[in-house]
Amino acid sequence: MAQAGTQAQPLRVAIIGAGPTGYYAADHLLRQDRVTVEVDMFDRLPTPYGLVRLGVAPDHQKIKSVTAAFDKVAAHPRFRFFGGVEFGKDLTLADLRAHYHQILYCTGAQTDRRMGIPGEDLRGSHPATEFVAWYNGHPDYTDAEFDLSVERAVVVGVGNVAVDVARILCRTREELAATDIADYALEALSRSRIREVYLLGRRGPAQAAFTNPEIKELGELAGADIKVRPEEVELDPLSRAAVAKSQDRATTKKVEILQGYAIRRPTGKPRTLIVRFLVSPVELIGDASGRVVKMRLVRNELFATPTGALQPRPTSQSEELPAGLVFRSVGYRGVPLPGVPFNESWGVILNDKGRVLDPDTKQPVPGEYAAGWIKRGPTGVIGTNKPDAAETVQCMFEDLAQGAVLQPRHPDAASAEALVRQRRPHYVSYTDWLRLDQLEVARGRAQGRPRVKFIQVEEMLAALRR
Amino acid sequence: MNIASILAKKGDKAYTVRPDQPIREALGLLAKHNVGALIAVDEAGHPVGILSERDVVREAAKNERVFGMKVTDIMTRDVITGSPHDDLMTVAHTMTERRIRHLPVVDKGRLIGIVSIGDIVKTQRDKYQGELDTLQAQVLGE
Ligand SMILES: Cc1cc2nc3c(=O)[nH]c(=O)nc-3n(C[C@H](O)[C@H](O)[C@H](O)COP(=O)(O)OP(=O)(O)OC[C@H]3O[C@@H](n4cnc5c(N)ncnc54)[C@H](O)[C@@H]3O)c2cc1C
Ligand SMILES: NC(=O)c1ccc[n+]([C@@H]2O[C@H](COP(=O)([O-])OP(=O)(O)OC[C@H]3O[C@@H](n4cnc5c(N)ncnc54)[C@H](OP(=O)(O)O)[C@@H]3O)[C@@H](O)[C@H]2O)c1
Repeated sequence: MAQAGTQAQPLRVAIIGAGPTGYYAADHLLRQDRVTVEVDMFDRLPTPYGLVRLGVAPDHQKIKSVTAAFDKVAAHPRFRFFGGVEFGKDLTLADLRAHYHQILYCTGAQTDRRMGIPGEDLRGSHPATEFVAWYNGHPDYTDAEFDLSVERAVVVGVGNVAVDVARILCRTREELAATDIADYALEALSRSRIREVYLLGRRGPAQAAFTNPEIKELGELAGADIKVRPEEVELDPLSRAAVAKSQDRATTKKVEILQGYAIRRPTGKPRTLIVRFLVSPVELIGDASGRVVKMRLVRNELFATPTGALQPRPTSQSEELPAGLVFRSVGYRGVPLPGVPFNESWGVILNDKGRVLDPDTKQPVPGEYAAGWIKRGPTGVIGTNKPDAAETVQCMFEDLAQGAVLQPRHPDAASAEALVRQRRPHYVSYTDWLRLDQLEVARGRAQGRPRVKFIQVEEMLAALRR
Repeated sequence: MNIASILAKKGDKAYTVRPDQPIREALGLLAKHNVGALIAVDEAGHPVGILSERDVVREAAKNERVFGMKVTDIMTRDVITGSPHDDLMTVAHTMTERRIRHLPVVDKGRLIGIVSIGDIVKTQRDKYQGELDTLQAQVLGE
């Protein structure tokens, strides 16, 4: 068989997942001329971009312009996209092994981390993942229901996702109507009767995971006043020492912003957003019908671990916080793919720098790789996945040089396409997607919105057939 | 970002050695795994020390018989351990300040991995690079 990576026999790579990581990896693979590579990218959804389309908040349109760079990658003559094709269902690992020299998993983190407290699953308590997917029009979540008739919603966690959720709950109808939020979510949120939204941090302001532009934005909402307790943003001695020692400007600024909020007076906006620190929910409590009505919070204090990191531990003080709606925003988590080794500790594919490892021998599984959130866990902004993908692609090229690639029986583009066509006759190509994109943008233009998304898969396929 | 995001892409590997193993064997392990340090663990798997290539070099410079010695004779005993939730920024500070190059990571008393200062610096650099790139895309894309 010809050496893979030449013009005569290009290196055939399957990328599973069309999120930012998949594109960055494709770019690294294609943008060099030592090795001739052909990339086929698959996504279980008909639409590409992963969380850029279905995670990034609708009122943060600017960041979505990164997709222009992704489209450039996709325009490469040796790149193909197969939307609506799921790994593990429509295509198996054995299928891919028969058609590709290398397989790269970029499937992201598809579920939520559990808190592990009683009452977590009461009705009215939802993972943030679900709410985010719902308001962004993820086809799997259109039927989700959130009781927005209650007075108070509590978001657990103070990461940027928690901030997104709280902000969307506080936005006015006018603000939301100018975005590409799903129509059903716009309707539901316009009728929302929520008056108070809480964000709960288990550590102090200096340790909060949200970033400064995000927390600043919370102080500039048209429809909500922000409220912070002065005593909760006053730094404890350990945090004060840590901040002074690190001299990290961003942290100092973060604390300043929050302390600024603590001395603000309410201006009578219809909603209030309350950010609390040093509290952990220890139990959600329901009514007779199994619906959450309140939570028990314990007050935390910070202690220093041997490395100097500050972690929370419970004190004997606790309080109750009534709430009819709870969003758990304590992090995402990867899901195992059929036949692919998984590392339960961190919810990622078992890997070393992106090389998938055999769980027994801890040696690399030839031809299989991971990158992005499914490789390192659910942290980092869009661009963080670029160096991450580069690290994996470097391993892929190193292994190719060693001859450590799969030996597929059908290493050609035509037979791969024939297989996909047989399994998913209605897959979405990149050309199809670009048409859908244009249609969405045109529908949006009519309403003064960036786009109006197609939500149902059927709806997309119908639009393409027209 | 915390230590867990580094461990997640290291395949849960932490190379260990027993305190009573000869240095010769320890060197073999360092070479075989291509790492700079081994964690010495007792029978129960608790870390009791760390043996770095530096420890060996330092001893070899003054003592020809180093190869026959035992790990326990020259390992560093005062080991600082990390926990998976420790923030990278703090950990990086502490490691630089105390000149520690390898940090064993322990969860509920069990050794679950090891991170090097190199791992941390690379992760921090990638994080900043990523944030910069994202910002740039955002500004240029408008
Ligand atoms: C709510 C939220 C908001 C965010 N906002 C921002 C922001 O404003 N700015 C920013 O810089 N970063 C933001 N991020 C972070 C950013 O979205 C991530 O860093 C990035 O999307 C991770 O990329 P990925 O490609 O690894 O995963 P993903 O983007 O999740 O992509 C994974 C893709 O794989 C597909 N897939 C999964 N399983 C299969 C399968 N079995 N077969 C085929 N395909 C499959 C999925 O459908 C998906 O398209 C946000 C994250 C979240 C959760
Ligand atoms: N605008 C943007 O740029 C943007 C928007 C959204 C997301 N993102 C990025 O996407 C990534 C994921 O965001 P994320 O918010 O899901 O994750 P994250 O930043 O890791 O935040 C998770 C939050 O949950 C808290 N938490 C975890 N376990 C908890 C528990 N048991 N009880 C109470 N609180 C708990 C964490 O507190 P501790 O710190 O104490 O663990 C932290 O506040 C991040 O890197 C984020 O920056 C970026």
